[in-house]
Amino acid sequence: MTAWLLGVLQTLLFVVSAPLLAGWIKRVKCHMQNRAAPALWQPYRDLAKLLRKRVVLAEHASWVFRATPFIVFGATILAAAVVPLVLAQHPAAAVADVIVLVGFLALARFFTALAGMDIGTAFGGMGSSREMMIGALAEPVMLMAVFTLSMTASTTNLSEAVGYTLNGGLVLRPSFVFALLGLMMVAVAETGRIPVDNPATHLELTMVHEAMILEYSGRHLALIEWAAQIKLMVYMVLIANIFLPWGIATELTAQAAALGVTAIGAKLALLGVLLILWETVMAKMRLFRVPQFLGFAFLLSLLGMLTHVVLETGG
Amino acid sequence: MSPLSLAYLALACALASGVLSLGADRYASLLRYGSTILLGAAGLAAVGAGGWSLLHESRHADQLLLGLPWLKWHVRLDPLSGFFFVVVGLLVAAVSLYAPGYLREFAHRQNIHSRAALGVATALFVLGMLLVLLADDAFVFMIAWELMSVSSYFLVAYQHQHAPNRRAAFLYLLMAHVGGLAILLGFGVLAAFGGGFTFEAMRAANLSAAWASIAFALVFFGFGMKAGMVPLHAWLPEAHPAAPSHISALMSGVMLKVAIYGLVRLTYDLIGDIQWQWGVAVLVLGTASTLLGVLYALMQHDLKRLLAYHSVENIGIILMGLGLSMIFISNGKPVLGVLGLVAALYHTLNHALFKGLLFLGAGAVAHACGENDLNNMGGLIRRMPQTAVFFLVGCLAISGLPPLNGFVSEWLTFQTALQAPALASGVLRALIPIAAAVLALSAALAAACFVKVYGVAFLGQPRGRRVGHAHEVDIGMRAAMGLLALLCLVFGVLPTFFIDAIDGIPRMLLGITPPSATAGGWLWLTPVSPRVASYSAPLVFAGVVLIGGLVFLLLRVRRKNIRRGYPWDCGFGALNARMQYTATSFSMPIRRVFAPVWDIEEEIEETKHANQPFRPAAIRHQLHVQDKSWPRLYEPIGRLVLAAARRIGLIQTGSIHTYLAYSFFTLLLLLWVVT
Repeated sequence: MTAWLLGVLQTLLFVVSAPLLAGWIKRVKCHMQNRAAPALWQPYRDLAKLLRKRVVLAEHASWVFRATPFIVFGATILAAAVVPLVLAQHPAAAVADVIVLVGFLALARFFTALAGMDIGTAFGGMGSSREMMIGALAEPVMLMAVFTLSMTASTTNLSEAVGYTLNGGLVLRPSFVFALLGLMMVAVAETGRIPVDNPATHLELTMVHEAMILEYSGRHLALIEWAAQIKLMVYMVLIANIFLPWGIATELTAQAAALGVTAIGAKLALLGVLLILWETVMAKMRLFRVPQFLGFAFLLSLLGMLTHVVLETGG
Repeated sequence: MSPLSLAYLALACALASGVLSLGADRYASLLRYGSTILLGAAGLAAVGAGGWSLLHESRHADQLLLGLPWLKWHVRLDPLSGFFFVVVGLLVAAVSLYAPGYLREFAHRQNIHSRAALGVATALFVLGMLLVLLADDAFVFMIAWELMSVSSYFLVAYQHQHAPNRRAAFLYLLMAHVGGLAILLGFGVLAAFGGGFTFEAMRAANLSAAWASIAFALVFFGFGMKAGMVPLHAWLPEAHPAAPSHISALMSGVMLKVAIYGLVRLTYDLIGDIQWQWGVAVLVLGTASTLLGVLYALMQHDLKRLLAYHSVENIGIILMGLGLSMIFISNGKPVLGVLGLVAALYHTLNHALFKGLLFLGAGAVAHACGENDLNNMGGLIRRMPQTAVFFLVGCLAISGLPPLNGFVSEWLTFQTALQAPALASGVLRALIPIAAAVLALSAALAAACFVKVYGVAFLGQPRGRRVGHAHEVDIGMRAAMGLLALLCLVFGVLPTFFIDAIDGIPRMLLGITPPSATAGGWLWLTPVSPRVASYSAPLVFAGVVLIGGLVFLLLRVRRKNIRRGYPWDCGFGALNARMQYTATSFSMPIRRVFAPVWDIEEEIEETKHANQPFRPAAIRHQLHVQDKSWPRLYEPIGRLVLAAARRIGLIQTGSIHTYLAYSFFTLLLLLWVVT
């Protein structure tokens, strides 16, 4: 029971700290590009402002459009709920393994794309069509990278996988390196960062994710934005805790938990800086270069899988 | 009373429904009420019989007083046939709920020639399917198989006033018979070694490895053709949309499953010793069907054709599960083999439910607005609110999204594939994860496809006047769709109960008791062991409801807090329905990425203003996307057959003297052979 309670607390921590990570990333990006940076908690202010505002709804919007923010937010929280953040032994990880996690994110994407089609403007359709193309190409890469890991650890349970990497000690597995690179590229594509999409753009023809949610306002927009921040954090925590789990709390003491929080905070901060470095040196790609980008990511994951099969298993 | 007598009751009801339909031309309501009610009774009896046999793992064999003097008809109801009885029965029951409302409008609109023909063919079709499942000797099996094929031919050809339907029906009949021939030859091999036509004799047959492989290749070809496996699928997207929608639901939902039944029955039960090469063949063709099926589906904008191509995809997923199972079994890992088999069977059931639901939904849409073309639809969610909800459930289920049923069976298939490291062969260990990645790609593409379907048909603005005046369908049709939608949810949220029931099938076929996938209680689905993987569908569903509901209650937007306004139009003025993305434009990025898969002919003609070279006056755009299997496979075979026929035709001079001479010389030759 305590374990479940801690799991719920951990999920709450996850959800609440996602905007902080977004604020950190924005701040680092501004510093990197010689711009004046907003405060670290600016995303909280934005969310609070949006939550207070009145909703302006397009006149043809159906219930799908109005239900989507709640479904997207709920599915993303569920995804966050199964990822070990601070505690390695996370009871919710048994409820849904990593394939289900991908399923939750796919559910969120499905409804976001439907909402884009609901109003009947060209932008929404354009965004949905592009998002589904990118999503369709990214999902196999993600699963391939994850499969490499789960075949090595012979489990798809995230807690077990973290435990496996922890117990294995510092071994350099070539398959993990490839899978890590593949997963990082997917994370960039799936969370709509440069070079695949640009979260800051409102230039009409280059939008993907923003085009789908163009018609949202008020609380609806707040939920969608928050879900996007949580999704970014899910990917970053996955990368941080599966491949480099050191520091995560393996026992239930205050000391271990404090260490766990510090460790994941430091890892996420570092990953954020890496992401911004990448975003600053890259330019946004044309849409039809994205398949090549994801094709390369797939190749990396495939190489990871093959290295695992050929080099790391006897027989 | 035994399950078998219930099964006889189902057969009798189906037969009675056919007999009753004979009078439907004179009394129109006879078809709508009398025969559909009997058909529904047949469906319910089939579910009862099948469920009973499955739960009690009973086997009942019997001989009917029909057939040849020396070969009575053998029938048998065991857990495997029981499972498929449930699949067929559930859908037949739902369809018979749907049929009265659908037929009223259908008869009104299509100006149909003969209600009797429709009723009789439908009843015989259901009868044939049930009898295939009951058959315990090759003779009954083939008769029932042909009954099923021929009666469904009449259903495909039912609207024969349209030339494409006649062509589709002919193609279907042709391919069904080529497939039937292969199955017959496969039985021939088994009967020759077993010394009899009964399945009992065939089970005891001692085949050499080579003959077993030949028999397997024949039946795999035959059943694969019926199931719509790539590249033998060409008939499927032609034939399924041609039939009336409730028949399409039966054909796509259950007739393909009867072919899967045949494959499982012959491979696991009758041939027995499975070789790993067979598993690889099934896995490779299954993977190809999955990917190509969904890619072809994405390019369709006729709703029923699109759904038919998705059947190819889902048959591929089922075959992947079977292929994995066969690979594991032949490599001495029967426990993992059981997992693959269970995944395949569960997907069989799930596909029957959601594909039935989607076809019934497509029928409802066609019924309400007289359209099958997605590019003319739009905004139906406002005109048909309940159908829209049920159809959405079907879309979520077929896209493999949690917490619906499609996800559970795809998850099980992934789990089976992830056990590949248990195999000794490095090639297989590398091949299987790639197949899993293809499955992931296909699932994501299927999601894209159903965003397209739902977004274009139900959301947005109506693209045609008739669609704008569509109306909700009658209560029976809605009830049928609602029933299937509910079952999709139940089978997704409580999978452990149903998987527990399926476990009897591998126990019977392989003689081993697998470690139960439900060992951790009804909450937990743990296919290999709790450490390796677990999925708790009820908890996930509870989580979805709880979090969604909580957030909704906290942040619900009250009516007074909403202002309705115009959508953003870039400041250019009124948006209209023609500016929306259509099905064709939605799939354009994917068409471009996977271009080599199809034969694409695209033509853009621009007429320019005389004095303004940069301003086009009119643009004509033509797009034609074709399945590559036609030019690459079928047309060459067709040409070959024609060329051969022309050669053979040389001996046909048309003169009676020559023909008499042929007869004379043949007679001489035969006499010489005999003496």
